[in-house]
Amino acid sequence: MRPMAQIAMVMNLDKCIGCHTCSVTCKQAWTNRRGTEYVWFNNVETLPGQGYPRRWADQNRWKGGWERTRSGRLRLRAGGRARRLGTLFANPDLPTLDDYYEPWTYEYKNLIDAPAGDDMPVARPVSQISGEPLDTLQWGPNWDDDLGGAPEHAPKDPLVEKVREQVGEKIRFEFEQSFMFYLPRICEHCLNPACVSACPSGALYKRVEDGIVLVDQERCRGWRMCVSSCPYKKVYFNHATGKAEKCTLCYPRVEIGMPTICSETCVGRMRYLGVMLYDADKVTEAAAVTDEHDLYPAQLESFLDPRDPAVEAAARASGISDDWLEAARRSPVFDLIRTYQVALPLHPEYRTMPMVWYVPPLSPVVEAVAASGHDGEDAGNLFGAIEGLRIPVEYLAELLTAGDTYPVEAVLRRMAAMRVHMRARNLGEEPDPAVAHSVRLTGDELEDMFRLLAVAKYEDRYVVPTAARADADALADSHPLDAACPVGAEPGRPVLLNLAPTRRTV
Amino acid sequence: MDLMLWGVLPYVVLVLLVGGLVRRGRHDRFGITTHSSQLHEARLLRIGSPLFHFGMVLVVLGHVVGLLVPRALTDAIGVRDHTYHLIAVSTGSVAGVAAVAGIGVLVYRRLSVPGVRRATLRSDPLMYTLLLGAMLLGLTATVLNSAGAAGDYNYREGVSVWFRSLFTLRPDYGLMADAPLAFKLHILLGFALIALVPYCRLIHMVTAPVQYLFRPYVVYRRRAPGGQPARRGWERAS
Repeated sequence: MRPMAQIAMVMNLDKCIGCHTCSVTCKQAWTNRRGTEYVWFNNVETLPGQGYPRRWADQNRWKGGWERTRSGRLRLRAGGRARRLGTLFANPDLPTLDDYYEPWTYEYKNLIDAPAGDDMPVARPVSQISGEPLDTLQWGPNWDDDLGGAPEHAPKDPLVEKVREQVGEKIRFEFEQSFMFYLPRICEHCLNPACVSACPSGALYKRVEDGIVLVDQERCRGWRMCVSSCPYKKVYFNHATGKAEKCTLCYPRVEIGMPTICSETCVGRMRYLGVMLYDADKVTEAAAVTDEHDLYPAQLESFLDPRDPAVEAAARASGISDDWLEAARRSPVFDLIRTYQVALPLHPEYRTMPMVWYVPPLSPVVEAVAASGHDGEDAGNLFGAIEGLRIPVEYLAELLTAGDTYPVEAVLRRMAAMRVHMRARNLGEEPDPAVAHSVRLTGDELEDMFRLLAVAKYEDRYVVPTAARADADALADSHPLDAACPVGAEPGRPVLLNLAPTRRTV
Repeated sequence: MDLMLWGVLPYVVLVLLVGGLVRRGRHDRFGITTHSSQLHEARLLRIGSPLFHFGMVLVVLGHVVGLLVPRALTDAIGVRDHTYHLIAVSTGSVAGVAAVAGIGVLVYRRLSVPGVRRATLRSDPLMYTLLLGAMLLGLTATVLNSAGAAGDYNYREGVSVWFRSLFTLRPDYGLMADAPLAFKLHILLGFALIALVPYCRLIHMVTAPVQYLFRPYVVYRRRAPGGQPARRGWERAS
């Protein structure tokens, strides 16, 4: 056992209202610069929809992530090392700007500078890439927001295509007959990151202490392999600096115990941040299981329980500080992923072991029940609908469990049980213990889940240990202060305080 | 004049090259990149870029063989002059034509695609001029030489011997006096291009990622402090 710590995130899709506050604050903090106009480290997609960049989930086209070879080993989907170096001069799988969108601004100046005339001056859209006016805007971020243009765009969603193949039924995009939810996406900070593995220069790396995946800007040479190898398309190419950039999990904030900007500003309070301990020895094995449906359980098993004394001892031995262990024990993310098992990984079939997990939305089911004129919070109706509404469940399974509907149904049942149980509480009735029992939880556990998911206090959502404590411990061990007083140093020798290691390079 | 061009200039170029590389490596690692424009345009790039790059790799290898392998060696292993030139000209012209075609596509793309044109660096016009000039003059010299227009000049007894003498620090610059003009110009433009390498986008060639073949897939690094060597000026006081 080789325990490592990772700052992980869970998003409760049931509560995402699609307000894009996370995207906007992230953009203001990180990517409002030249070269990154089209870049959204955090973006919110309406599903069903094509996403950003368009059809990013179609790995037959982009060749992102890993694949399992016949001998049971993992290989980057775009090919082995030699093949990748062979395509160094022109990456065949790289999305172009058209796949994202051509960023634009407006000629605002014209509004006040235009000479007096009969017509109102207008602010024409101008491309931020070529500087030329754009006559017709063809595509932009969230072009299909809230299912806008869904009859035209949504059938091109790769997941919709897959569901149609498997269920043989068309998802209907007529108003009132479709379902919809939002999917906020950031970098997954994977345990088995394809971007890191594809970087020819070794510029991308995973941090040992907190698992954050970063790009060393001084080592990046702009080969662009990370951009195409990331199956989530969350590494971007800055066209002004010629370097790759990606979500940093706001490491300057996380290091001092603050949540990321996207979490901090989440209006729906649907994001959770905390420590996950995992067994580094199990990662490769878990990522290479034969059946795609086993990927979610395998990843679940590679996580370590911080309350287990054996894990605790091993974690201490591998340098994880008490501070971090305590945070791991209080981790809301651990509770959602392991204790209650209501969070699921995004596209585990890419075999990257993603670490931003999602609580699937129950709302499509509730809405469907309510739209049919029934009580959307009745246990019988909800449980029946989860089984009966094949398409939303199939769709969520393609998104979160490599197509296995069983775990999705199990999670939705737990969510439904929580609703039913809490409604009884709120109405002053005695909750039916059979409801909790049917999802293998107790009433107390459902109420704890409710506090975490619905009440969602700030201090419950974000349990982030600081890096400073770990640094201080390491410093005390590795840099004992000079025994002699520096003032008494012999003449001619510069007097220097033993300070250097505490200053981090910027 | 010959002394300046063929005796002094090569060392000036060397100083500019090494000095520039050291400066970039120490103070401007952030600036070292391919400055790829594939994001703006991929279709033409996928034709032009591999043609140019693979062509250039062969061209460079050809130059290494032509300049560094002495005639005595090929004579000793029984390769006759005629055979040698046949191989050199056939492979060399294929590589050269591929590289020229590739750069042609790339230059056309740079001029015609608005996004790519806007992504052009300040050093690019000079770099492209020197590169195209050196390549075209090289091809011209080869064609003229094989067509016999330059008399019976054999670069393996002139240019190559002079080039090797540079390494002894006693350049035999007199040898270059008899070389045909196309050769001389090709070499001068080549020198200019080599001197320019550290100061333009060509610097990405010295960071060719060969180490990728040998490293483990996932790279782990510790958070500073402790993980990386301290920056210059930030070392521990002892």
